[in-house]
Amino acid sequence: MKLSYYPGCSLHATSAEYSASTEGVFKALEVELEELNDWSCCGATSGHSLDSNLSHALPLYNLILAEAAGNDLLVPCAACYNTLRTTQNFMATASREAKELGQRAKEIMGREYRGTIKVRHVIEVLAEPGVFTALERKVTKKLGGIPLASYYGCLLTRPPKVASFEANPEQPRLMDRLLTLCGATAVSWSHKNECCGASLSIPQPKLVEELVGKIVEAARYAGAKAIVTACPLCHTNLESRQTKDEEPLPVFFITEILGLSLGLDPTPWLKKHLIDPFPLLRQYGLA
Amino acid sequence: MAGQQTIPSQELAAEVAAGSGQIVNRCYQCHKCTAGCPVAMAMDLMPHQVVRYVQLGLEEELIKSKTIWQCAACRTCVSRCPNGIDIAAINDALKQRALARGAVPALPEVAAFHQAFLASVKSRGRVHELGMLAAYKLKTRTYLQDAPLGFKMLRRGKLPIFSGGIKNKGRFRAMWEGSKEERR
Repeated sequence: MKLSYYPGCSLHATSAEYSASTEGVFKALEVELEELNDWSCCGATSGHSLDSNLSHALPLYNLILAEAAGNDLLVPCAACYNTLRTTQNFMATASREAKELGQRAKEIMGREYRGTIKVRHVIEVLAEPGVFTALERKVTKKLGGIPLASYYGCLLTRPPKVASFEANPEQPRLMDRLLTLCGATAVSWSHKNECCGASLSIPQPKLVEELVGKIVEAARYAGAKAIVTACPLCHTNLESRQTKDEEPLPVFFITEILGLSLGLDPTPWLKKHLIDPFPLLRQYGLA
Repeated sequence: MAGQQTIPSQELAAEVAAGSGQIVNRCYQCHKCTAGCPVAMAMDLMPHQVVRYVQLGLEEELIKSKTIWQCAACRTCVSRCPNGIDIAAINDALKQRALARGAVPALPEVAAFHQAFLASVKSRGRVHELGMLAAYKLKTRTYLQDAPLGFKMLRRGKLPIFSGGIKNKGRFRAMWEGSKEERR
């Protein structure tokens, strides 16, 4: 399998470890990733907040580049995944606005958007039967039953008509399956897809501390020793907005857990974390 | 005045529907959006009230409200709405109306964040997180807020000083320039 890879801005900066671990895991699974040439920002929350037209123009720019490359597009960031899928959905409506944007994009990009490729999230690809079987075969290091809370946040499952690859978007399961495959215990918990506050973290840190506090408390209550995410912004918020009342829970990217379990060296990824995960890993004989 | 009734104007509802793509008049006020909204506790108008105010044409109240800026755009409301109404998209349309009318945002930091973010994207084609944060701090003068966190992130290499932009800026700018932001 060969996929185009759209890292998005965060994976080149605050969440470089998510990018590195994604590339590591896909390489181990012999899935070829080719970074989409000259990709641009998808606009994220700010794009659609201040400019509804911009919110579709930027994702469409990237969708056309991806179509030219000819492979399905792998997107690790939940926000990028959501905006790209939302624009695909918008273009599929064939409304007057969608047609106008399509026409403008064709003139500028020299290529028409036809909707021929899929936008796929990392979890979705890893959980598909062929890849999942390859993972099963290659997992060499079982994680000793370490209790982990799989955390989806918002934009991987919402709204289900646009974004979700999960059978039940209110009770997503695929990340649990991946964790279980690695020999971890996926705890059953209440805040799997409660919002962490997303981009409000910078303008409203107190509010995001409150939201993150509830998520972390719920994970702790369910017996989790760490939280696992598949979104760079969730990861940053969960790492940076835990208050100091208790020992903070480490936060992993799903690809870091998979990489660890595939026998890859996770040190270069994990040493970038704001909450040191090594004491926990040592406790379970994993580092 | 006792006995006098005001007939709601449909003008705002029609314009917001056009701006957001949302059929606001489908809302029958079941409050499911508000029940699931993670940031409702910080709002002055509840999500269901935003839709009702749009139906009633209460534009001033909406444009002055914190709620339109407070929305985290998590899309929980639209996922659960029995009528499929995307309140985050309505809030976006109202934010844009507020800025177009020159209103002072009720949560100026949130507006400043989005503006700093888009300015960074516009100049490079991608967000340069460190540069965006610096622009945000200059604008809001919140220099000390999160300073220790910022240094920690710098030390971990999470905020690179230099970062690449895109190469084909002409094509990117042309896509951008069709936007409302540019025409304003």
